[in-house]
Amino acid sequence: MAATAESLERKEKLQGIGCSRKRKEDPRFIQGKGIYVDDVKLPGMVYGALVRSPHAHARIKSINKEKALALPGVITVLTADDLKPLNLHWMPTLGSDVQAVLADEKVGFQLQEVAMVIAEERYIAADGVDLVEVEYEELPAITDPHKSMDPDAPIIREDLVGKDEVGHGKRLHDNHIFTWEAGDKDSTDAVFDKAEVTIKEEILNPRVHPCPIETCGCVASFDKINGHLTVHMTTQNSHLVRTVLAMLSGIPESKIRVITNDIGGGFGNKVPIYPGYVVAIVASIVLGRPVKWIESRIENLSTTGFARDYHGTAELAADKEGHIQALRFNVLADHGAFNAHVSATKWPAGLFSICTGSYDIPTAYVKVDAVFTNKAPGGVAYRCSLRVTEAVYLIERMIDILAQKLNIDKAEIRRRNFIQADQFPYNTSLGWTLDSGNYGPALDKVLKAVDYEGLRKEQAEKRAKGELMGIGISTFTEIVGAGPTKACDILGIGLFDSCEIRVNPTGSAIARMGTQSQGQGHETTYAQIIATELGIPSDEIQVEEGDTDKAPYGAGTWGSRTTPVGAAAVTKAARKIRDKARKIAAHLLEVSEDDLEWDVDQFRVKGVPDQVKTMKEIAMAAYSNVPEGMENGLEAVDYYDPPNFTFPFGAYVCVIDIDPQTGEIKVRRFYALDDCGTRINDMIIEGQIHGGLTEAFAVSMGQLIDFDEEGNLLGNSLMDYFVPTAVETPHWETDYTVTPSPHHPLGAKGVAESPHVGGIPCFSNAVIDALSHLGVTHVDMPHTAARIWKKLHELGVAK
Amino acid sequence: MIPPSFQYHAPGSVDDAVALLSQYGDEAKLLAGGHSLLPMMKLRFAEPEHLVDINNIESLKGIREENGEIVIGAMTTESALISSALLQEKCPLLPEAAGLIGDPQVRNRGTIGGDIAHGDPANDHPALMMALDAIFTLVGPNGSRQVAANDFYLGTFYTALEADEILTEIRFSPQSPNTGASYHKLKRKTGDFATAAAAAVIEMSGDTCQRARITLTNLGPTALRVKDAEAVLVGQVITDDLIDQAAQKAMDICDPVQDLRGDVEYKTHMAGEMTRRAIKTAIERAKG
Repeated sequence: MAATAESLERKEKLQGIGCSRKRKEDPRFIQGKGIYVDDVKLPGMVYGALVRSPHAHARIKSINKEKALALPGVITVLTADDLKPLNLHWMPTLGSDVQAVLADEKVGFQLQEVAMVIAEERYIAADGVDLVEVEYEELPAITDPHKSMDPDAPIIREDLVGKDEVGHGKRLHDNHIFTWEAGDKDSTDAVFDKAEVTIKEEILNPRVHPCPIETCGCVASFDKINGHLTVHMTTQNSHLVRTVLAMLSGIPESKIRVITNDIGGGFGNKVPIYPGYVVAIVASIVLGRPVKWIESRIENLSTTGFARDYHGTAELAADKEGHIQALRFNVLADHGAFNAHVSATKWPAGLFSICTGSYDIPTAYVKVDAVFTNKAPGGVAYRCSLRVTEAVYLIERMIDILAQKLNIDKAEIRRRNFIQADQFPYNTSLGWTLDSGNYGPALDKVLKAVDYEGLRKEQAEKRAKGELMGIGISTFTEIVGAGPTKACDILGIGLFDSCEIRVNPTGSAIARMGTQSQGQGHETTYAQIIATELGIPSDEIQVEEGDTDKAPYGAGTWGSRTTPVGAAAVTKAARKIRDKARKIAAHLLEVSEDDLEWDVDQFRVKGVPDQVKTMKEIAMAAYSNVPEGMENGLEAVDYYDPPNFTFPFGAYVCVIDIDPQTGEIKVRRFYALDDCGTRINDMIIEGQIHGGLTEAFAVSMGQLIDFDEEGNLLGNSLMDYFVPTAVETPHWETDYTVTPSPHHPLGAKGVAESPHVGGIPCFSNAVIDALSHLGVTHVDMPHTAARIWKKLHELGVAK
Repeated sequence: MIPPSFQYHAPGSVDDAVALLSQYGDEAKLLAGGHSLLPMMKLRFAEPEHLVDINNIESLKGIREENGEIVIGAMTTESALISSALLQEKCPLLPEAAGLIGDPQVRNRGTIGGDIAHGDPANDHPALMMALDAIFTLVGPNGSRQVAANDFYLGTFYTALEADEILTEIRFSPQSPNTGASYHKLKRKTGDFATAAAAAVIEMSGDTCQRARITLTNLGPTALRVKDAEAVLVGQVITDDLIDQAAQKAMDICDPVQDLRGDVEYKTHMAGEMTRRAIKTAIERAKG
């Protein structure tokens, strides 16, 4: 039945799916009324501050607390020896390794946690840190992962000596962690041996840090009377944290409550459990008082989850027309001093094997070797799914290099290799089933929008004048929404997600999820889904996350899993409620369920337009007049285990100009077309694209966590670490196509990470395209003015 | 990021401030805008026992013209420099360059005097003051004295200012006719110090350079005046080749330190490039 003007008006009032509804969160954020962890103040609260190692690799000879303990206001100083009786001086990591909570006899990276001073005031705790005397015996440090497995390399992890494996197969050296492979090595080698064209390039995804504006921290509060532990903390996954805390502490999980209020950005950095949390919790248990611990910026940048540090050797084999026949990627992964990288248990290199990208590559083999170095542990997914940026960067760079080698246009070579729309679902040579995609039309739309041919003509003219202009293309495929529990778990817990919805008698609703917003706008978009599914206005739907006592269990928000997994649970929970509502409506209207049809916010009898029951009426009836045999109430819970990942894709074009005398890069234009399937809120999607592109710009143009040979971190403040402001940030043009996911209840795929994953290679491709006529095939990020100038100087371009 | 404890003083007059400095000597530090000092204190690189906040001293603020000279109070903010109609007319170099310092928040608090007196070669005002031949008024327990900007900087964080003295005023002549000035600053991002920067003040008579001042920021232990580059230009009909020669003189004199902004080679070349650009822009402006 065609929608009437009247029903369209009712639909608009709901502010459901497709509406650019204003963010419900913004009034409190704009007014400074958000509640972040450092806003939490509890009666009797004391403060912890960490003593950290100045050395990257050293033996601890002694720790003297005397002077610190003598400072008025200092309550206690905790070291590894104090945690040992509780067996909490080490903790398990997400990478099947263990990590020192407080350094146990030696330190393995600069600013590693050595002791915590607990004091009545924050300022006293900081003064106390200065008074703790630690005597170190310095050891030679390894900062270059290529040297980790040298025969005479110093052993970083003496605690692992004699252990053949750290969770993921045989170790080859005391500083080796694991080897992970995918694909068919022999047949790949065979294709390479016979190929008409092969290319090979060393490509680094350098170590960077997600650098959320809010640093990490917690307030741990143990109630000695009833044995309850409450932890307010900055985490993207409060339920998993609760489980880990139960495992670590022996406190029943039912007596542990993790509360996360507003979060000032996560970007993967707030997935792991950091030593500071554990020590604050222990301190609270010991003292029976709430303990607050909040990181400084330097602590956050220096010690919490970094990202990337993947040293790739990438190869492609192709025919002379540029059709890729095989891919071979080898990676040396620098995991720092502990294997604390974030991944699902069975995926030690994350989802790196998505590296065949948007292309029909029949044969492939990848191998990742991870090693220890004297750097901070981590390997988090910085605004991407697990190791997906690394994968996409390699393939999107390599296809450009292949085009360059064969003198084929960089758009054309992509067209020749795209998986075609009729090939979906498409099984990749590395084992993924891409559920949907339509790559060619997306690229064509973008090329037309930017007048690609005109840009290439302009570039040729500029080159003739000695000017440097680059055009970058990226046609990426992401893999997000971890994930099917048969394939994905963390510490044995499947990566499903959940939603519980309760509809009140007067027709409003409250919904709680296992996910966790860090600024993405879940309160806004989840309500829109429920509004459309249940006909309840968005404004009357309360969305809550982040309190493990209230919300159902879920794996949290990271890897763009909120829409693919969480939103599917929301949809399915809402549909369970609608199914019950239909039964109640049939009862009230005294017809069969089959005689009813759903119309925006009501059920009506087919063919009898005035015989209707609105959702509001049904809600009241659920509490007063249900059919015989039916329970009262109108609520549902759904735990959604996705059948597959989702595969958002996009086509981006970037145009840059390089100042040949300073090496400065100016981004003239950036056009981003994203396909995230069904779109829930265009405005929020656009905001996510802007944010992701800005972080891609940051990574590509300036972010770097770098070390000197002694393992000293160079540049651990925002003076040096590049977080672009509005002044540096380019103007973004956005566009979209819609190719719904066939297996997601809404057809949605997730979007927030695509611009980061797809944007980084696009910037690099533009920069290298600007130099390609000079014979340059690759330069590593970050493309700072100084580094680009150095290249131009070598090439004789810069004076 | 928490400083050790200190005692805070907020005198209302220059005399009171000088008295506090005399009393506490090396244990005291003056607090102007605080954008250099407070981060150093939070990192515990600077641990003054006494902080003498001179923000309440009204007589140290403002921009005026006096006896044909421009006079700027040391506690005048960068924002005030940028919005000064007097400076825009009589010394456009200063508002233009101040707009390249920090970010709006920094410029609302940061002061010209703090920037000058800190002695940090990365600060922008030292090179600007040297290019303008500015004179600094320093007030101490024995009264006031005047020191030329070109004689003020003795080393990194080391100036002619004594521990018990306060920089109160900056004086310089308005830009003379047929003169152009320019400051070219290469930086990585908003709020950053210069990777390299050059100031040029050039007076032209037709195509001939009559007078030149060329100075550099963050390219040596102090801001640097490149007299050799000035000598290349003065009295000459300016050609691109001469400008290249002047830029080479800037490269010859500079002595930068490698940091994350770039290595010595890059910074040296950028000294040349910024000098080249500053001279070209100054000449264009001089010719009107």
